Amino acid sequence: MDTIGDRSAAIRDGLGVGVAVGLSGLAFGAAAITAGLSVAQACVLSLLTFTGASQFALAGAIGGGGNLVAASAGALLLGGRNTLYGLRMADLLRVRGPRRLLAAHGVIDETAAVTLAQPNPAAARAGFTATFASLYITWNLSTLGGALGTSFLGDPAVLGLDVVGPATFLAILWPRLAVSAELRWLALGGAAIALAATPFLPPGVPVLLSAAAVLVVMAR
Amino acid sequence: MTLWWAIATVCLGCYALKLAGLAAPRRILDHPVVSRFAELVPVALLAALIAVQMFSENGELRFDLARTAGLGAAMIALLLRAPFLVVLATAAVITALARSFLG
Repeated sequence: MDTIGDRSAAIRDGLGVGVAVGLSGLAFGAAAITAGLSVAQACVLSLLTFTGASQFALAGAIGGGGNLVAASAGALLLGGRNTLYGLRMADLLRVRGPRRLLAAHGVIDETAAVTLAQPNPAAARAGFTATFASLYITWNLSTLGGALGTSFLGDPAVLGLDVVGPATFLAILWPRLAVSAELRWLALGGAAIALAATPFLPPGVPVLLSAAAVLVVMAR
Repeated sequence: MTLWWAIATVCLGCYALKLAGLAAPRRILDHPVVSRFAELVPVALLAALIAVQMFSENGELRFDLARTAGLGAAMIALLLRAPFLVVLATAAVITALARSFLG
């Protein structure tokens, strides 16, 4: 296929992923309000953090009555994977100066998935821009919608919204668990450590402790 | 530490982590320990988050049958290769239905 065709295919992919995943901002808005954040706090997180797993993790730890330092540390640990996406995308995007500062905000799971799947750098750049723009707009509007909707609805547990956070994490993990028995054991180990520590440690800390399972796997 | 300080820390920290990747020298990624750690950490953390949000409330272990049914339904949806939003909607609807039947 010619370069122009590659670029329009990349833009189509990017818009599809951006809009579909962006709508799950509804779930984040709902989860944030359920956890006790205000509508403004939910929206600031989506505008300025703009990395879903970290946002859900912070809201979840706060909702569990968690220590704020442990909650923030968990969110930042999850955000660490974006550093690795950035390392892999730097060669393709080749951005410098102010454009690099802007592009950095868009370095997340979904943009990495679309960008790294393209056949050439021009298509990769087009895919990155389309995914980033459509996802940023949809994610922020749907966060506002979910937060406003939930704060008017009253008890979110009646609507089953308390399961949306865990279901989101499961959906993010699923493709990795499906292909690797080692990762399935790691996931089970991490979950077991966190649950075993829950009665004894402040909320938020058990989740951080689960990283010990990584050291066991790496030391093997 | 108030909630707004935690939010500011997470916003600044997450942006710095993203920028660090775009600005860092390429050879860092080639270090096998770095790439392996980066692959493994999110798996353990996300699994721990699922477990804690499913089976604990306010620092105590607690089993919620309706929520467990909802996550089970999400698993079935994932096995059937349902789209992301369908998985989330299935989990919420099944949890809400189970909760209304169980009272």
